[in-house]
Amino acid sequence: MKILVCISHVPDTTSKINFKENDTKFDNNGVQFVINPYDEFALTRAMWFKEKQGATITAVTVGNTSTEPTLRKALAIGADDAIRVNTEAIDGLQVAKELAEVVKNGSYNLVLAGKESIDYNGGMVPGMLAALVDYNFVNACIGLEIEGEKATISREIDGGKEILSANLPLVIAGQKGLVEEKDLRIPNMRGIMMARKKPLSILEPISTKTATTTASFEKPATKSACKIVSTENIGELVDLLHNEAKVI
Amino acid sequence: MATIKGGEFLIKELKSEDIFISEEFNDEQKMMKEAVIDFIDREVWPYKERFENKDYALTEEVMRKAGEMGFLGVSIPEKYGGIGMGFVSTMLVTDYMSSATGSVGTAFGAHTGIGTMPIFLYGTEDQKNTYLPLLTSGEKFGAYCLTEPGAGSDANSGKTTAELTADGKHYKINGQKMWISNAGFAEIFIVFARIEDDKNITAFIMVFDKENPNGVTLGAEEQKLGIHASSTRQVFFSDTLIPIENMLSERGKGFKIAMNSLNVGRIKLGAACLDASRRIITEAVNYGNERKQFKTAISNFGAIQKKYAEMSTKTFAIDAGCYRAAKDIQNMIDRLLADGKSHQDAELAAFQEYAIECAIIKVYASEVSQFVSDEGIQIFGGMGFSKDTPMESAWRDARITRIYEGTNEINRLLTVGMLLKKAMKGEIDVITPAMEVGNSLMGIPSFETPDFSEILSEEKAMVEKLKKAFLMVAGKAVQTFGMELDNHQQLILAAAEIMIEIYMAESAILKAEKIVKSTSEKEAECQIAMAKLNLFNAVETASSFGKEAILYVAEGDEQRMMLMGLKRFTKYVNNPNPIALRKVIAEKVIAENKYCF
Ligand SMILES: Cc1cc2nc3c(=O)[nH]c(=O)nc-3n(C[C@H](O)[C@H](O)[C@H](O)COP(=O)(O)OP(=O)(O)OC[C@H]3O[C@@H](n4cnc5c(N)ncnc54)[C@H](O)[C@@H]3O)c2cc1C
Repeated sequence: MKILVCISHVPDTTSKINFKENDTKFDNNGVQFVINPYDEFALTRAMWFKEKQGATITAVTVGNTSTEPTLRKALAIGADDAIRVNTEAIDGLQVAKELAEVVKNGSYNLVLAGKESIDYNGGMVPGMLAALVDYNFVNACIGLEIEGEKATISREIDGGKEILSANLPLVIAGQKGLVEEKDLRIPNMRGIMMARKKPLSILEPISTKTATTTASFEKPATKSACKIVSTENIGELVDLLHNEAKVI
Repeated sequence: MATIKGGEFLIKELKSEDIFISEEFNDEQKMMKEAVIDFIDREVWPYKERFENKDYALTEEVMRKAGEMGFLGVSIPEKYGGIGMGFVSTMLVTDYMSSATGSVGTAFGAHTGIGTMPIFLYGTEDQKNTYLPLLTSGEKFGAYCLTEPGAGSDANSGKTTAELTADGKHYKINGQKMWISNAGFAEIFIVFARIEDDKNITAFIMVFDKENPNGVTLGAEEQKLGIHASSTRQVFFSDTLIPIENMLSERGKGFKIAMNSLNVGRIKLGAACLDASRRIITEAVNYGNERKQFKTAISNFGAIQKKYAEMSTKTFAIDAGCYRAAKDIQNMIDRLLADGKSHQDAELAAFQEYAIECAIIKVYASEVSQFVSDEGIQIFGGMGFSKDTPMESAWRDARITRIYEGTNEINRLLTVGMLLKKAMKGEIDVITPAMEVGNSLMGIPSFETPDFSEILSEEKAMVEKLKKAFLMVAGKAVQTFGMELDNHQQLILAAAEIMIEIYMAESAILKAEKIVKSTSEKEAECQIAMAKLNLFNAVETASSFGKEAILYVAEGDEQRMMLMGLKRFTKYVNNPNPIALRKVIAEKVIAENKYCF
């Protein structure tokens, strides 16, 4: 089985978010980048297939050179090779088109991605990618088994679980459940050493056209201090809600 | 990068290009650092309480997993099962491995340092092939049996004996070792014992098999102040047979092996104190930002800010010193390897060369970790004294670092002792510069105002003056007491204090300068402030210990002249403002809610 894992390079959740150039660009100064957590679940599941059923794993990202450490980490964790499409990831369609090119050229049986990236949370890439390459697609998976050409997939639905089956080739957008947090791998020293020697190929983008441009970013309003009103003082609470918060 | 020999920092002026800083970790090293932090966050930090409750098995389990991760043989060549990376990588793994509890830090340090290094540094090819793969993989753990009830600091005075058996095939070991880290789960013991009436002890590799103990018994676990889940036991030998091929190096080489293995252990202990200190600062500032008294977060009080700033500054200095020395050692190893030396010989020579720096770092870092954890408790107030917060155990765990791997007294004495030995052997010329300083005392000081417009230039000039102060004091001490100097320990300690401050202050300044060069003065504002504050403290220390020494070695006019010299060597042209510097540092730490340098 040939697996492609789509990796996006995102700011660590504890990063302080700032914008620059008149609030039109993300300021990555001092920001620590990591593998998108949803993609990490996908990569870890891919490793499971590799070890238990035999598979090769290619990690791919669309991004400039600064994303390479993230790909190297995927290699250190166990991906066999990596591809970087050399252009900044701007919007979902643009990224999906680039990935589609990679998928077509590599004839992968299974494409694993996270259900969204935690930076812009677009959640569109896997679906669009599946459509562009005409693969089956299941979103927000919490479980995936493969036997031969057949995949059994579980999804969380309101109040329960849905079990689907689909044939390869297939695009899966995964989340926690695909593997658990405790299954996530810390690259070991040997893996880190080997990552250096594994192939990381750089492909030029097919196009740099994007469908959207960012007009501006805005941070959420800072939270004001919390006020505690005693239970005996319902009157004060009503007054605050009415006059200060102006919600009633 | 100019090469600088061990101890030469006292007589040479360095540039920031000459030192390596941890900001220069390559991508691989950054990934390694992240991996170790993730490992500790997952396997150690959540189980703090179990470590405090003496769960020795957990320490062993963590060590086993560390073996699987490849953390146990970072610098050991691949052919012996290691990862074959340089010493800087070893230091960084040690740094982050030891951050959550001293129990793991000690088990890790004892295993990878004094447990493994004697075999790596002195083993035959056969011995290395047999034991190193077991040690680096964590299949078996190592322990180092030097100390005895009657032989602690005086390590060469041990009474354990090794007697050749009649058939000439074994050595029979009898004796008692004490305070042996990892004894409870180790299977490969480095044992030091004396053959006949040899002047020096001999080292052996003993394989311990619980099923077939071969005369070895273990004492009960010691009840200790700290490092509660680090196994520490006595080891008794009664007619224990060790095959003759398990002798390490040659008969009578044991003391040398013991000391050289300790050089590595010492600098690694410095690293082990580093992330422990960073973590404490982060915990303390998290608490201080939340804890309210007098209707405001206690972080807003100057008294607390002073602590954040001093804790951060000293930790920054350890970081600077540790990685600077580590890279110097690594460079020398690489140079010797390139010259065709074996890995073993190269490492041995490099650690010996920088033994002074290793001792300096051990002393400074252990005392900083004690200071940082002590202030950590203070910031937590009553809660700091409670077992429910991590400060209490950090403080207890820090305490041992001042005792093992050579007490800080012994290490202080060694710094000066080793320098004088190097001077006597002609390896480094401190005499000429010391005489120059002596002569300059009689000259008229220059009244020119130097140009200190460049960032940190006055600080660098100040460090050069401190070096003069050291040379003046140490030079006079040697001149006065000659071979008898050993009998004047308090004087040596005073000189050692100045020497240690010089190395650490210089490291911090050069690190800050290097960061400025790769970023900007604005971005490196705090690093500059820390370098300045650290130097201010160093100058104060040098001035008070310098005075103490001068009052002891000189009298009358000479004393007056030296005191004037000391004043000149510890005088700023433009005084720094320590309170303002501390504010800059504290504000940053508070805003970031963590140690962020
Ligand atoms: C938890 C723990 C783990 C340890 N692990 C190991 C281990 O794995 N392997 C091992 O071999 N040892 C180990 N040790 C032993 C440790 O290295 C010794 O405790 C240490 O070297 C000091 O020796 P001592 O305890 O006999 O103290 P002493 O040597 O009796 O020293 C007592 C005091 O006198 C001072 N002193 C002694 N001699 C001098 C001198 N010449 N000049 C000035 N001051 C002096 C010391 O600095 C100290 O303050 C461990 C100790 C502890 C507590």
